[in-house]
Amino acid sequence: MKKDLKEFRTFPSSVIREIHRAANEGIYKIRGLGAKRKVPDFDDLVFLGASMSRYPLEGYREKCNTSVILGDRFAKKPIKLDIPITIAGMSFGALGANAKEALGRGASAMGTSTTTGDGGMTKEERGSSKYLVYQLLPSRYGMNPDDLRKADAIEIVVGQGAKPGGGGMLLGQKINKRVAAMRALPEGIDQRSACRHPDWTGPDDLEIKIQELREITNWEKPIYVKVGAARPYYDTTLAVKAGADVVVLDGMQGGTAATQDVFIEHVGIPTLGALRESVDALKELNMHRKVQLIISGGIRSGADVAKALAMGADAVSIGSAAMMALNCNADLYREDYEKLGTEPGFCHHCHTGKCPVGVATQDPVLEKRLNPIDGGKRLKNYLSTLTLELQTLARANGKSDVRNLEPEDLAALTIEAAAMARVPLAGTDWIPGFKNN
Amino acid sequence: MNFDLNKKKLREVNNYLQNIDRKDNKRKFELSNPQGQHAICAGLKDEIDVTIKGHTGYYCAGMNQKANIVVHGNVGTGVAENMMSGKVIVKGNASQSAGATGNGGTLIIEGDASSRCGISMKGINILVKGSVGHMSAFMAQKGNLIVFGDADSDLGDSIYEAKIFVKGKVKSLGADCVEKKMDEKNINELNKIFKELNIPEEAKKFKRYGSARKLYHFKIDNLSSY
Ligand SMILES: Cc1cc2nc3c(=O)[nH]c(=O)nc-3n(C[C@H](O)[C@H](O)[C@H](O)COP(=O)(O)O)c2cc1C
Ligand code: SF4
Repeated sequence: MKKDLKEFRTFPSSVIREIHRAANEGIYKIRGLGAKRKVPDFDDLVFLGASMSRYPLEGYREKCNTSVILGDRFAKKPIKLDIPITIAGMSFGALGANAKEALGRGASAMGTSTTTGDGGMTKEERGSSKYLVYQLLPSRYGMNPDDLRKADAIEIVVGQGAKPGGGGMLLGQKINKRVAAMRALPEGIDQRSACRHPDWTGPDDLEIKIQELREITNWEKPIYVKVGAARPYYDTTLAVKAGADVVVLDGMQGGTAATQDVFIEHVGIPTLGALRESVDALKELNMHRKVQLIISGGIRSGADVAKALAMGADAVSIGSAAMMALNCNADLYREDYEKLGTEPGFCHHCHTGKCPVGVATQDPVLEKRLNPIDGGKRLKNYLSTLTLELQTLARANGKSDVRNLEPEDLAALTIEAAAMARVPLAGTDWIPGFKNN
Repeated sequence: MNFDLNKKKLREVNNYLQNIDRKDNKRKFELSNPQGQHAICAGLKDEIDVTIKGHTGYYCAGMNQKANIVVHGNVGTGVAENMMSGKVIVKGNASQSAGATGNGGTLIIEGDASSRCGISMKGINILVKGSVGHMSAFMAQKGNLIVFGDADSDLGDSIYEAKIFVKGKVKSLGADCVEKKMDEKNINELNKIFKELNIPEEAKKFKRYGSARKLYHFKIDNLSSY
């Protein structure tokens, strides 16, 4: 006879398991990648496509431009990317040197940029990256003026979507000799990165910090300011005021190498709402398209890219998906996933340093599982697919440049997404919460 | 060679000093009327001597490599931040975050330094002839912070392997920072630094502070300190 079991709504089995774990261990859970909970996202939007009043462009024949210039507000040498899809900052330390090199190869093959991370610039990634964005983070691990001058752009990291307000952590098992030396830290310790910059606080200071970086690099490099999606309207406004050339906004779904689970799931707002707020700020300042906006946090497909651009972003940035293109969560080395207590498709164990596919590890045996040349090709293929999908959608909406996509090309499938993205609920002209409606 | 910052733009002056013509013998420079401008002498990379006559704003000598810079005045936030090598001497007082994240070289402050002096330092030697403000050497990783006067509260909070020497009083130590034995080796090391810099001071008058290394691994027992 079937048992008459009823799960507690308030205490489903996953919650009960977590209470048991907490009661046993007495400390929070640390993990990698992004939020696992459902939040309103780009899947809740659709494109309208062309119709009687909008003419589509002929696929493959009529041009659809994908290039974008970043940093032409103040920098003497802005960068021109062939596609509006960039690779997000992921630290050497969190990722192995092969993964960093593969990211550089794949991005360069598509004419786009990759980004260093909390841990400095490696020669592998500089060597393999046509355009390399160098991050200035609170920890300043590996920061030095020679690398600053070698970079194509500088990204001041104020926060990350996975943990706005939190610092980084890299657990001891990943701090090998090379990582330790680059960070000026002892080998094997659980390493914490500060959550605030050591020499500035607030937008007025940031303006002066930007001035210093420009002085050191002869006013050549575009300066990006990266913020987690906390208060995007104000943060965008303040970044523009501080003199940023580019704002990078990372929504709550954004990945991380290692953060407390409670932070990943409960701090920050979804990419969808954050993007709209940030575009609002740029438009109000008359800076939309003058200060470029890069959005990240849960971008997976050409459809996501197209919708982000339609909402007003100039480009997107990808972290988790780029790792997946390198085989993160692929059904290989199953027994090693099992040793971590997980399975392909569910893994978020970047913090352990025991990545079964050799992406997020410093273990020389595991790292060999990722060949940087093959990895680079896979990333190139993936980026190429995203670009083709993006162009297909842009042409279907009658656009000869992907950045001509506009909110009017979109409709929302849920009330939440309509309110957050400020596009009408499909089949209606209703935008919940919009004053002029 | 003299630059008057009242007459020449900072960008031009910095640009000149950052791109010294190595064939030219000019190696000594004087900057007058700095008037608190920010990022003066940031990003220098040659062995030159620069004297600044007056007060500077934020990030004076930021990321310095090899240059010797003397400021005859006070300095704003982040003097010699992320310095790699060379020497920076401040005749007056320094604001917050002096020598922050410095990787190498020597920073000498003849007056006092405000809070967070030597924050996240990574190998620099910082000598403060006066006192330092609260949270100095916060998360300090490597190098020496040497204080001739007193240190305010939470000195060396969450410190890694940097060494702190203080001659005067320490108001309080931060998480995981403890007083350590000042043994022969430490005395010799510190005396060597004084000798190299021609500073008439005796190492044995200083107390040493450093990491208890209890926060090096996330453990339940340390929760109260996180
Ligand atoms: C393994 C890993 C390491 C990361 N390291 C950094 C870092 O060092 N600095 C940083 O600003 N962001 C870091 N991030 C965040 C990414 O730059 C980016 O904001 C995020 O991955 C975007 O969201 P997505 O993963 O959904 O694409 C990291 C993300 C991952 C997955
Ligand atoms: S497969 Fe590797 S990179 Fe992917 S989540 Fe697991 S540990 Fe991280």
